[in-house]
Amino acid sequence: MAAHGETILEVRDLVKHFPLTQGIVFKRQVGAIKAVDGVSFDLRRGETLGVVGESGCGKSTLAKVLMALERPTSGSVTIDGKDIGKARGSELKRMRRNIQMVMQDPYTSLNPRMTVGDIVGEPFEIHSDVVPKDGRRQRVQELLEVVGLNPDHINRYPHQFSGGQRQRIGIARGLALQPEIIICDEPVSALDVSIQAQVMNLLDRLQKEFNLAYIFIAHDLSVVRHISDRVAVMYLGKIVELGKDNEIYEKPSHPYTQALLSAVPVPNPDGRESRERIILQGDPPSPANPPTGCRFRTRCWKAQDICAKEEPLLQIRPGTDHLSACHFAEAHDVVHAQ
Amino acid sequence: MRNPSVETQGLPARGAHAADEPLLAVDNLHVEFHTRQGVAHAVNGVSYSLNAGETLAVLGESGSGKSVTAQAIMGILDMPPARIPAGEIRFHGTDLLKLSDKDRSQIRGQRIAMVFQDALSALNPVFTVGWQIAEMFRVHRGMSRGDARKKAVELMDRVRIPGAKQRIDDYPHQFSGGMRQRIMIAMSIALDPEVLIADEPTTALDVTVQAQIMELLAELRQESNMGLILITHDLGVVADVADKIAVMYGGRIVENAPVHDLYRNPGHPYTKGLLESIPRVDLKGQELYAIKGMPPNLLEMPSGCAFHPRCPYRRDECATAVPPLYSISGTRSSACHYWREVFDGGSR
Repeated sequence: MAAHGETILEVRDLVKHFPLTQGIVFKRQVGAIKAVDGVSFDLRRGETLGVVGESGCGKSTLAKVLMALERPTSGSVTIDGKDIGKARGSELKRMRRNIQMVMQDPYTSLNPRMTVGDIVGEPFEIHSDVVPKDGRRQRVQELLEVVGLNPDHINRYPHQFSGGQRQRIGIARGLALQPEIIICDEPVSALDVSIQAQVMNLLDRLQKEFNLAYIFIAHDLSVVRHISDRVAVMYLGKIVELGKDNEIYEKPSHPYTQALLSAVPVPNPDGRESRERIILQGDPPSPANPPTGCRFRTRCWKAQDICAKEEPLLQIRPGTDHLSACHFAEAHDVVHAQ
Repeated sequence: MRNPSVETQGLPARGAHAADEPLLAVDNLHVEFHTRQGVAHAVNGVSYSLNAGETLAVLGESGSGKSVTAQAIMGILDMPPARIPAGEIRFHGTDLLKLSDKDRSQIRGQRIAMVFQDALSALNPVFTVGWQIAEMFRVHRGMSRGDARKKAVELMDRVRIPGAKQRIDDYPHQFSGGMRQRIMIAMSIALDPEVLIADEPTTALDVTVQAQIMELLAELRQESNMGLILITHDLGVVADVADKIAVMYGGRIVENAPVHDLYRNPGHPYTKGLLESIPRVDLKGQELYAIKGMPPNLLEMPSGCAFHPRCPYRRDECATAVPPLYSISGTRSSACHYWREVFDGGSR
C-alpha cells in the first residue's frame, strides 16, 4: 500500500443541497438540507481514503455525488482531469466506467431474479464495447474466481449464497469494468463478525492486484483504520479532520474526532474502568439549519465566542501536522496503544 | 383497582432470595422450529445463569440462537412454529416453563423485561410515547391516566430525555434513534424488573449514541441492582460492560468465562478466532486472520461439534462426538474436545 501514484480524483468545494419545498402546485423553496457543504480532498492511485462520521453527516451523499448519481449543487469532482459533474451523455457513461461502487447490504443490492452471471455481467450489457459478446461468460467466470467464488456457480441465484458470498458477488460486479476507483459504502457492516475479516482481506488483495483506489465509508473505526492510508472525519456535511491514519487515530486534534474515538468500545476489558471517555450529549443538529460558525460548537466542550462567529477552516493548525477544522485544535491521545 | 403488591400464588416474592439459587438460570434449554423445510434446531441445550446486579453478555453471530434463548425466557416465542422439547428456565428457583399463561404474564414485563434492537419498529407509530410508557402503569398497576402520565414523565427524565414534559405528547417518529432507544428502555424499566434483557440494544445506532445508551444501561443496573443480559455480536461492547460472557455458536454455548479471562486466554477455537480477526494496530497492512467457511445452516447442522468444519484444531473425533461443556475452572468452561491445546497455544 506504500507506493502511491498521481492524483486520480480531485474534489473541490463540493456542495450538495437538497431543496425543502412547501406547497403543492406552486412549490416554493423554503430551505435546504445541507447534506454535503464544502468538501475538498484528493485521492491518489492505489490509495485508500477512509471516511468516518455519524449517520446523517453526509457520507453516503458524498458517495452518490462522486458516482454522479446526484448532481453537485456547486463545486467539482474531477476524475483524471475531467469534471464528472459537468459531463453529459456518452462522456458521462465513459467516465462512470472508471468509478464503481460496492453497496452496504448484499441482501438488497442484488436482484433476486437475476443469476449471478447476469448480475456480474450486466455492466458489459451497458458498456457493450468492453468485452465482445461471446467472451462475456468467460470474463464473468474469471471475475468470480478473482473474488473467491466457484466459477461453476455462474447460473445460481443470489438466495443460494450466504451474506459473505453475496458481498463477493457485489465486489465482482464492481470490478467488471476494471475501474480505477471503487467506493465502498459500509461494505462489511451487514456481515457476520467471522465473515467480515474474509471480505476485508479480499478488498485488500484486490487493491494490490489491480492498483485500485478506494474510498472506504464505514462507521466501524477499527475496520477503517486497518484498511485506510488516510482518514477523513465528517460532521454535518463538512470534513473536520483529515490526515494519515496514525495521525487521526493517535493524535486527533479536533474535539469531535477525539469524542468519536473515545466512544469506540475497545475489545479488551483490561483497564476499562480507567479508560478516558468523552461522551457527547445530545444528537447532531439538523443539516437543514446547521449552527453558525463551527458546526460542532453546540456539542463541544471547548466552544467559545469565536466558534459561533467564525467558521474554522480545514487547515494545518499550530502544534499538529495534519488538517483540522478547529480554532482550538490540539493533539490529544485518546485511544492508548493497545 | 388491583392491589399491585399482591404477588400471584406460587411465584416468589420480590427480594425473597434463596442463597444457593441464582436469580435466573437457564438449564439445558432446547428450542426447535417446525418449518416446511424441516426442523430447525435453533437452541440445543443452552445453560447459563445470572445473579442480581450482574451483567451477562451473550455473544454470537446471527443464527447462533442467542435471541431465541432470550425470547424463550421472556415467553414471547410464537408456539407453534416454535417448540420447547426440553429444558428449564428457573427464576428464583421456579421453572417458568411450567407456569400457566396467566402467571407467566405476571412476570413478563414486570419482573423480567426486554429492550429490543430496533426501537422504531418496536414502538407503535400511532400512539404518543407518553401514552405508550404510561400504558405500563395503567395495565399492570391499574393507575389512573393522570397518575400514569406523571410517572411517564418521571421515567423519561430518568432515562435522560431532555425536556420530558414537553416531549411526552410527541410520536416516535419525532425522536432520533438514540432517543427512541431511551424510550424503549424507559418502558422496560417502568415496573422495576429484576432482570433486563437487552437484545442488541445499540446495533442500529452510531458509536457516539451507543456510548450514551450503554452508559445509561450500566447506571440503571447499578441503581436498582438489576441483572442484565446483554445480547450482542460486538466484541468491543462486551469488553466494556460485561462481568461474564457466554459465547454461542450453532445453538450451543461453546464457552463460558469471566470477561477478563476470556479476552486474555480464550478456551474455544471459535472465540479465539473471533478475537484474532479483530483488526489491530500492530498488524496494520497485514492480512487479517479470518475464520474459514461460514456459519452453519440450522436445518443441516454439522455432525458432532457444530464448529468442526471451520476449526483449525479439528480431529476425526470432532465430526462424530458432540463435545460437552468441559469445566476448565470454577468459573470457566469450554465445549471443545481439545480445549487444552487451544488454551496452551494462545497467549495473545
